[in-house]
Amino acid sequence: MSTSRREFVKLSGTFGVLAAIGVLTEEQALAQQAAWNKAAFETRNLADTLKALGGAGVTESKAIAITVPDIAENGAVVPVAVTSRIPGTQNVYILVEKNPNMLAAAFAIPQGTDPGVSTRIKMGQTSNVLAVVKSNAQFYVASKEVKVTLGGCGG
Amino acid sequence: MPDPMRIRANALADGVDVRVLMSHEMETGQRKDGSGNVVPAHFISNVTVTHAGKTVLSAEWGPAVSKNPYLQFKFQGGKKGDEISVTWVDTKGETRTDKAVIG
Repeated sequence: MSTSRREFVKLSGTFGVLAAIGVLTEEQALAQQAAWNKAAFETRNLADTLKALGGAGVTESKAIAITVPDIAENGAVVPVAVTSRIPGTQNVYILVEKNPNMLAAAFAIPQGTDPGVSTRIKMGQTSNVLAVVKSNAQFYVASKEVKVTLGGCGG
Repeated sequence: MPDPMRIRANALADGVDVRVLMSHEMETGQRKDGSGNVVPAHFISNVTVTHAGKTVLSAEWGPAVSKNPYLQFKFQGGKKGDEISVTWVDTKGETRTDKAVIG
């Protein structure tokens, strides 16, 4: 069955709008292919980041362990380790409060994988590092301050 | 072709410990070069680690992950001699996959 005119108009309308507001540039199409949450990586505060990740509120939790140095001499390479003891941890997010965009990294933890990751991040200045954990559609957070003596954004 | 990753996977008593070191500039898009032009963003956006056909970790990264990214995690169900595979994709669509045997 061929697409009816009505449906065709509807479809082309949708694509037209997407292209017009710049949703479908080539680069973004690629990013979408690999499922990259662009919106979440462009937010500048915790509330917006959570919203982009599909959460509303967040509860502070002592069941999240965040390991960072107290003082980072080089903001370009700050080791961060997050371990969650919250049952059913599905996602772990690492956020830096005072970076231009808060979200640094997002991890999806399938069943059978320990709910903990270590990586290294850049920090522009002294700031809180936040570890957000998603479990059963609920968000939990823990934070720790890292003093940066040399920023990581100047290159 | 991007440089290969260094992957180490060790079977420990409490699971398989995976450590990956990737080779990537992780350019933020906020830095300026010598003549004041902004260096365009270019960073790894997605990482997937698989074992026996199953994804054991997937990650989405922003430009705030350090240059030459490091990643460590642990998963259950792997044993010595199994193969794991790590794939990354960057914002220019470049990709690299490397494999390692659990030791």
